[in-house]
Parts: sequence; structure tokens; C-alpha cells
Amino acid sequence: MSGGTDEFRASFFEECEDLLEAMHDGFGLMQNGDGDDETIHVIFRAVHSVKGGAGAFGLDDLVGFAHHFETALDMVRAGKAQPDPDLLSLFQQCGDHLSDLVSAARDEATIDASDSASLTARLDEVIGANGAGDEGVSDAAENFEPMSLDLDAMFDIADPSKPTATGHQISFVAEPELFTSGNEPALLFRALERFGQAEVVANSDDVPPLSALDPTTAFMSWDIRIDTDAAEDVLRDVFDFVSDCAQIEFKPLYADRQADLISSLGFGPGVPEMAPEEVTAASEEGAPAEDVLALSDETDVHDHDPTSPAEPTRSQADAHAQTEKSTPKTPMPQTIRVDFERVDKLINLVGELVIKEAMLSQSVASLDLATGSDVLLELESLKQLAGEIQEGVMSIRAQPIKPLFQRMARTIRDASSMTGKRVKLVMKGETAEVDKTVLERLVDPLTHMVRNAVDHGLEDRETRLAAGKPAEGTVTLSAAHRSGRVVIEISDDGGGIDRDRVRQIAESKGLISPDAVLTPSEVDGLLFRPGFSSKEEVSELSGRGVGLDVAKSEIVALGGRLTIQSEPGKGSVFSISLPLTLAVLEGMVVDVAGQTMVVPITAIHETLQPATAKIHTIGSGGHVLSIRDTLVPIADLGAIFGFRDPPAELDDHVLLIIETETERRCALIVDALQDQRQVVIKSLETNYTSIDGVAAATILGDGRIALIVDPEGVAGGIAPAPGSVDETLSHQNSGGDFVTA
Amino acid sequence: MSLSILAIDDSRTMRNLLSAALGRAGYEVALAEDGAEGLERFAQTDPDVVITDINMPNLDGFGFIEGARALTRNRVVPILVLTTESAPELRARARAAGATGWIVKPFDDEKLVWAIERVAPTGQTA
Repeated sequence: MSGGTDEFRASFFEECEDLLEAMHDGFGLMQNGDGDDETIHVIFRAVHSVKGGAGAFGLDDLVGFAHHFETALDMVRAGKAQPDPDLLSLFQQCGDHLSDLVSAARDEATIDASDSASLTARLDEVIGANGAGDEGVSDAAENFEPMSLDLDAMFDIADPSKPTATGHQISFVAEPELFTSGNEPALLFRALERFGQAEVVANSDDVPPLSALDPTTAFMSWDIRIDTDAAEDVLRDVFDFVSDCAQIEFKPLYADRQADLISSLGFGPGVPEMAPEEVTAASEEGAPAEDVLALSDETDVHDHDPTSPAEPTRSQADAHAQTEKSTPKTPMPQTIRVDFERVDKLINLVGELVIKEAMLSQSVASLDLATGSDVLLELESLKQLAGEIQEGVMSIRAQPIKPLFQRMARTIRDASSMTGKRVKLVMKGETAEVDKTVLERLVDPLTHMVRNAVDHGLEDRETRLAAGKPAEGTVTLSAAHRSGRVVIEISDDGGGIDRDRVRQIAESKGLISPDAVLTPSEVDGLLFRPGFSSKEEVSELSGRGVGLDVAKSEIVALGGRLTIQSEPGKGSVFSISLPLTLAVLEGMVVDVAGQTMVVPITAIHETLQPATAKIHTIGSGGHVLSIRDTLVPIADLGAIFGFRDPPAELDDHVLLIIETETERRCALIVDALQDQRQVVIKSLETNYTSIDGVAAATILGDGRIALIVDPEGVAGGIAPAPGSVDETLSHQNSGGDFVTA
Repeated sequence: MSLSILAIDDSRTMRNLLSAALGRAGYEVALAEDGAEGLERFAQTDPDVVITDINMPNLDGFGFIEGARALTRNRVVPILVLTTESAPELRARARAAGATGWIVKPFDDEKLVWAIERVAPTGQTA
């Protein structure tokens, strides 16, 4: 039976994240030589707490490994092992493995046991080599044998091999420490009654006369007779807390003899009860010859301390002052934990507030009030307030990017050991905050890009040395806020992108025609083309799983942009620019057939006036756009959604060149561009149903609902332009050029 | 009149579990995150029983027990040590510091109540 419910399980894994972060931080400090005495304690406690929590949820694999780990850590903590680079490296691997085990436990996945086994063996070498055999090792290094209390056995019928015993006679002699440690025999005797009816006799035979009484050695003894099926070791468990400060002897009782004994001693029903206070008092003053204690439900001996005579006043203030003096506490930021749902609800409500405010502004504007009127001024401050509230609420969902970077530290260690390249990780701006969901979804793309940086970005040792670079490569992860977005950069000091090679690969895979003229950045962009992933270069590392194209589409799905800068011989920089939140989208508000729709800015590559563009009419009355020597199909957004037939004449319309990761480029006809602005995203799926070509909806200032176009869905439904050659390039800078966010 | 219990553990998970289990058993619960806060809460709440972890920042469980025992009070408050190990050496150390008893993790409701029952009058007999 475990006390852990699902709710606590979730909070355990949350806590594990914090603990593992503290652990990784600690190792980082130790590695850089910045650790102090407390560092190893922090690490130890983190691992210890993971173990403790894991035990509560029956996560045995985790408990087992954490135990070996903390035992080895304890060797360092106790100064019995030196944290040299080798040991630190082992610890870091173990830390990574512990993280894996936690993740596996959280996802209820299984994990290769051989990793645990080999790391455990190496930990045990450390433990063994540093004298874990000592008797005096501190707690964690002791053999881990949870002394679990077998409750079933407790209530089981007695061992059939001793069928004749019907109870026990227990002699109990208390030493002074029993009382000073806060134990109380009467409570233990009462606990015995779980197992059967008990008769307790306080015995003062051993108590010397008052004149000879040494209060510090005063012994008090009891005889207990209990009628029970329970075995001796089960009963001994009752006295577990006092086994070192009481002499306890057991003798089995047999049916006939027990009855005899009881009758001979004058026990039986109707013996007058005596308040336990008198018994405990007797321990101080010397008990009367024979007291009979029958434990009753009303006993309340607790507030009476047998060892220290009444100390009537206790000064709370004194106690408090002493506490403060003796325990300086490092200030911690105060936090509360809030259900995610509540935050999302709040974010939604604030979205409504912003919309209402826009509606109000629009109504007020129609009143044609004089500039400077009170209403306009108040409205303006309301607008500002609403904006600030929105920002504040969004920031609740924001979390520091540091844990994500720490995961990457691990990815780099793995990549480094797999490729044999020595890599140093530098983190910058890891306190920058990003929406929690964005952070979660960044893990995969970032992991891939970091691996790529080590595997393909950095040169091997010989090449580096020959180029006059340090043998150890550097990968830098940085994060910074820039104009309402967060920019994450993964840079390496490697050889830069080998563009000839990239081109060669792209040609061999038919991604580009051999005579295509490409700028260097267009060549770099080829890396993100689906199907680029080079067979020649497939390694165990980067070849695993996804390609850079998948990493890019994940980033684009988050409303992000991915760009590369690369300089031969100096290295490459992959920049990810992301919106700070998923609740708001930067959109182009357009008119189509009398409807207002929103097209995500990230998908719009450019906008064109048809009059100035090269448009060809094709057989069936359709149009294609000729742009930079490629043909792009043109489709009418109004027709796609069934508002109208495609217009024959395009001159008074506007073309949006849409570019997405998975679909080919296309041009959409709209009637007019209204505005470019941030809109609050309202899910259609949750409020209505999912519609092809529609990503979500928003509410405009005039209270009308506008649909947000799903560019991928729309582009996917458009037939390719007849005769067009699919050699359009993925422009990694899509949508960025003309946006004035 | 229910017993009031002060539970001290630096692990949020443990505090959650303790708080829930003790609440289910009908006890009043106060919580503290480490030994230092534990001493503060001990002075403020005057609990009937204390349950404390050992490995904690700022002031560990041993430190807490010594601090609590050093306070002048009119009774010895039972202090149960929460531990993942049941090593005799650890027990001896806890006992030397003045611990009343111990609860070996992982614990469940039964185990907690059973430990508390042996050190404080719970008003219930089995």
C-alpha cells in the first residue's frame, strides 16, 4: 500500500525537476571549481529526496539506483573520496541516468537496466575503494534495508509452530533515557492492546528507598501479561523505539498457566482502574508497592513529563529569539503553486478584457468626441491597464529557459562522448523566460540542433589543432528577449557550413537542379529541406530520429523563425526567434468576400499587388504567378472557403505569398489588407469543431469573430501550378522582412 | 480534540504526503521546510508530536531535535525521525540527539498512525 495518490505523484515529478536542476547545478559548480562545502551537501540532499519520494510511490528502480548514487556521494560528503575529474564525470553520468530514470518513471516507460547496472557497479567501486566497510559511516552509507513494518503479519495468526502459546508475559524495565527521549511506557502498553487484552502491573520492587534514590538512575519496571496470538517479534516491534533504553524480556504464556497466573495475582475483571498520572508520578517519587494499571481510553498522560517537574511558564519569546539567533536563513523567493488550468482561464479572461476594451474604443470612436475629452483620456488609461494586466498574466506562464539549457548540457555530454570530440558548453541569458508550453516543445528541436552542432558543426581535434583552434570545441547556447520575442541561439566555433558539400548533396538528391543559382544563405537553407539529411554523413548521433527539417517545422509550428549564419572556418549560428506566448498571434487582418480573416504573419513571405506582378493565365481560367523564375499557383482565399467563385480579374485584389515548411509556395488572393496586429487566439476545437484550413478564431475590436487561416492546410489543398518546377527554396527568413512588430 | 503534529521535511513531495496522511488520520498538521523553520514553527504551534526528516538544508533533523530539546518546556514533546534507513548507527545518533522514535520511509497511513500511537495519546485503541 502506498500513500501516494496521482496528485502527489505529479507533484513529486515536479519536485524532481527542481531537485535534478539543483543537482546538475551543483555538478556544474564543482566542475568549474566554483563549488563550496555546501555544494556536495545540496547534491546529496537532492538525490536523497528523489530517493525518498520515489520510495513513497513504489518506484523501486529509481530508489535502488538513487541509493547507490547517494552512498557514493556521501563518500565525498564525508571527505572519504575526492571529487577528482573522473569521479565527477561518473557522478554527472549518474546524474543524467537518474534524470532518465525519473523521466521513465514519470512516463511509465521502461529503461535499459544494463545502464543502471553498469553505473551501479562503478559507483560500488567508488564506495568499496573508499572504505564503506567502516562501521562508523554516516547514515546514507549504511546498508539500505528499509525496516518495513509488516502490518499483515502483525495481525496474522501466530506461527503455527508454537500453537500452545496463548500470550506473553513481558517484563519491562525503563531506563532514564526512555523518559528524556519523550517516550512514555503507558502509551506503549496501550499500543500493545492492538494485539490482545493486556494487564499491566507497575512494579516498584527495584526502586530503592527514597533516601537512596538516585533520580538519574531510577528504574521503573512493569510486568505485562497479554493474551494474544501475535508472535514475540511482532510484539517487540511495539517497543522498537525504546529497545535501547529499556530492558524487555518476553516469556510465552500458556492457556492454563495464564489463567492460573492471573487468578493468583488477583487480576481479573473489576480491578479498579488507576489513572496513569499516578503511575508516572510514581516513577519520580517511588511507587507504592504494587500499582495496577489498566489502560483506558480516557488516559491522557501526555502533558505530564515524568522527568522534569513542572516548569509552568515557557517563554515563547525566548524560544523564538533563540531560534532566530541560532539559525540564519537564506532568503528564498516566496512562491505558490497554482493549477495550470486556473492560469489559462485567467489568460483567457484577460484576452476577453482586451477584446472588450477594443470594442469599447471602437464604440467611443464612433461618438466623435472632441480630442482631449475625459472619456478618451480615461479610455486610454484603461487600455494601458488592460495591456499591463495582459503582460502580467502572460508572465505567469513564463518560465526560465535554464532547465532546457541544462538538458542540452547533457545532450552535449552524450554527443561529446559519442563523437570523441571535447566540447565545452557556454550558457548565456539562461534566466530569460519563455512560455512553459513553448519551452516543452522546444526540447526536441533544440536537442537535434545541439547534437548537430557537435556532430557536424565542430571539427575533430586534429582539424581544430591544425586550424590553430583550441582542441576543445565550444558550443554556446544563448537566450535573449528582443522586441517582444525571445531569440535562442545555438552557436559553435567549428568549421562553418561546407556549402559546396551541401550543394553537392542537394543536387544528388534532386532537391535543386545543377544549374540553380543560389546565394550562400539559400544554400544554408537547403539544410532544412525535407529529405536533405545526408546518407553519407549519417552518424549514430545526428542521423538518429529527425532531420533539421523536422526541427524547423516544430519551431515554425510554435510561431517561430529559424535562421542560420555561418562563416567558413569560424563556425555557425542557428537562431530561433519565438513569440513569448502561444496565446497571442501576430496576424495580418485581411478582407475576403466581405469576411474578415487573419493570416499568421509567420507564413506570409511577401505581399504583392497583382498589377505589378507577372501573372499568367492558364488554360482553365486559373492563374499562376511568375516570381523569381518560378511559377507559383494562385488560389482565391474566398473560393477556398466557399464564399465566392474565384475572381477573373485580379487587379483590385492583393496577393499573399504563403510559404510553409511542408507545403509548396502558393499565392492567395484576398480583397484588401486591413491591418497587422496581435490577436488573441481562441480555439475552435474546444468551442466548436475543427475545420480544415482554419487554425483558430479570434474576436475583433468590433466584436465580430474572425477565423485565423491555417496556412499549411490551405496551401496543401492547392494544386501545383501546371508546369511549375519544384525548385523553390526554403527561405529561412520567411515572413521576417516586412514585419514591423 | 485532535493531536497537533508538526511535520518537517525539505521535500515538497514528502510534506504533501505527510500532510495528507496525517489529515486523513484526523490530526492537525503544521508544516516546515527545514530544521530552522521547524524550530520556529515548534515554538509557535506547540505541537503534540513532531515528525522530522534528517537530511535538510539550513538545519538538519539532528540539529532540530537538539534545538527543540534545548528549549525549556513543561514536557518532552515526542519527536519522530523520518528516515529512509533503519541503520542502528543512525538510530543511535537520533536517540542521542533526543529523538523519541522513527518512521522508516516509505510510509503509509497505517505506519504513521502506528508510530504516533506509540508516542502520543491518540484517544483510540486498536
